[in-house]
Amino acid sequence: MGEIPAIETERLTKSFGPTRALSGLDLTVPRGGILGLLGPNGAGKTTAVRVLATLLRPDAGHARVLGADVVRQAGEVRRRIGLTGQYAALDDYLTGRANLIMIGQLARLSRAQARRRAEELLARFDLSEAAGRAVKTYSGGMRRRLDLAASLIGNPEVLFLDEPTTGLDPRSRAVMWEIIRELAAEGTTLLLTTQYLDEADQLASQVAVIDTGRVIAEGTPDQLKAKVGEDRIVVQLAPGPELAAAAAVVRAQTTGPVDADSERRLITAQMPAREGITTDIVRALDVAGVRVSNVTLRRPSLDDVFLILTGHRPAAPPSAPGDGDAGQEADNAQQGGTAA
Amino acid sequence: MTTVTISQAPRRAVTRLGNLRWLVSDIAVLARRSLARIAREPETLMDVTIQPILFVLLFAYVFGGAIALPGGGSYHEYLIGGMLAMGLAATAPGTAVALVTDMSSGLIDRFRSLPTARSAVLAGRTISDLVTQVIGTAVVAGVGLAIGWRIHSSLADAAVAFGLALLFGYAFTWLGACLGMVLRSPEAAQQMGFVLFLPLTFVSNAFVPTQAMPGWLQPIAEWNPMSALAAASRHLFGNPNPAASVQAWPMQHPELAVIGWSVVLLMVFAPLAVHLYRRKAR
Repeated sequence: MGEIPAIETERLTKSFGPTRALSGLDLTVPRGGILGLLGPNGAGKTTAVRVLATLLRPDAGHARVLGADVVRQAGEVRRRIGLTGQYAALDDYLTGRANLIMIGQLARLSRAQARRRAEELLARFDLSEAAGRAVKTYSGGMRRRLDLAASLIGNPEVLFLDEPTTGLDPRSRAVMWEIIRELAAEGTTLLLTTQYLDEADQLASQVAVIDTGRVIAEGTPDQLKAKVGEDRIVVQLAPGPELAAAAAVVRAQTTGPVDADSERRLITAQMPAREGITTDIVRALDVAGVRVSNVTLRRPSLDDVFLILTGHRPAAPPSAPGDGDAGQEADNAQQGGTAA
Repeated sequence: MTTVTISQAPRRAVTRLGNLRWLVSDIAVLARRSLARIAREPETLMDVTIQPILFVLLFAYVFGGAIALPGGGSYHEYLIGGMLAMGLAATAPGTAVALVTDMSSGLIDRFRSLPTARSAVLAGRTISDLVTQVIGTAVVAGVGLAIGWRIHSSLADAAVAFGLALLFGYAFTWLGACLGMVLRSPEAAQQMGFVLFLPLTFVSNAFVPTQAMPGWLQPIAEWNPMSALAAASRHLFGNPNPAASVQAWPMQHPELAVIGWSVVLLMVFAPLAVHLYRRKAR
């Protein structure tokens, strides 16, 4: 049994009208651990999760979860998976407890089992106190926790988390991360989609970067970061004509690519890990007589991953059906960029 | 998990029987879920409680005086058969709105990712709506009694009348279920329900005898299932029933017509709703 991967897709293809959401997605996820599916809005992450969770039929290709085909053996797949979508899929008018019991019963637990399991999960996710209140009174973080509890009620072996922290405040986000780590430690296989490099970095044992419905890079977070490179230094020039000169000065100090944006008067350079490089650059610019209004250091962002892996910045999100709410995602996609 | 070791054929037989048990359980769980909401927020029942009361009062005391019944009789007694039909039809938009809401909230996706029986979501919803219809029917009967409506036939006839009404009402919820599968927003479902429901109710003998309508409209009203339901109720309750003198077949055989319409509605819209529900997976 050990050789059957938790998740396996072969040349998975899915289109919505003219929009190609998946164009030959190949993934293999061994049992145990967390796969981070990283990509910008519209990359096909949600579509991939929906196909794997038996909610969508692929146009072509195959997908298996724990060896069961998601189309031909959908019932078998559903018995063994849990799904938490981008938006808490709960009945707002029922209490938190009633939601869990209902979903437990629909997940093939007896009423008594569902009750017992609901109490366990409510306690575990710090929701016991709110369990008797209607879900519509819950905060965003509480809803997400309850939603995650709901997807765990049937003890799934494989859990799909579609952007589990999108729209959460930092504290709720940290709580979700903690829970996700615990689940992985208990042996659940998790596939989580995210737009955030740091989230994939923090949680995932393996990362697959997807763009336009295909995997464009795979590996551990460290391997991926090695590809993306080091931190970026961003130099904002004061008003004046010396952009080209400044870019030349910066280029002389670094080995990575240097990007000069004449419109915003920004120079962005990838930096090798070397002591004192920031000081060196500032000093060199000063010596060259370049007036600088701001210098910032930032960690590689998802935009940088894309710039390096694909040579282009992530395209503007197409409004692909089934790929979530473009509005909210677009807002979040801005995070991690520079002074954009 | 232990079933893995059992050979294929007996396992399939066992699961098929098991599937039926789970189907019943799933339907019960989902119907109870919808009813739990009513228990928590009784105001969601307004369209089957307050609304019929307002319509009864409006027709009994505002319009009713101007409506003459061919063959005579009390308009108040005439009104209740029509009101019953209207109250039942009024729940179909609610079915659509509830399904669209669950669809857009992602709740139905969650149900579909569970090993829940596929048809249980629609069946659970329509069954809980049937319970709503029972409540609405009781409200109409209650307000009817208050304005002077009486059952002049036997209790058995009255029971048949209520039974036919609920059969038709249940069949009608499947039309609502189809709308719920096709429309994209709760607002659209609400408006579509209204657009369908208004002519259906008013181009019938529910409130006004068809004899008073223009000649070209009469056949439409006479073949409208709402007319058959209202006429069947009036006939079975022993209330004034001017439709009895109309030659159209459904008016001469209103009970059979109600059964016929219900069967047709169920046979067309139940499989269609299930088909549309399954197609959501593509």
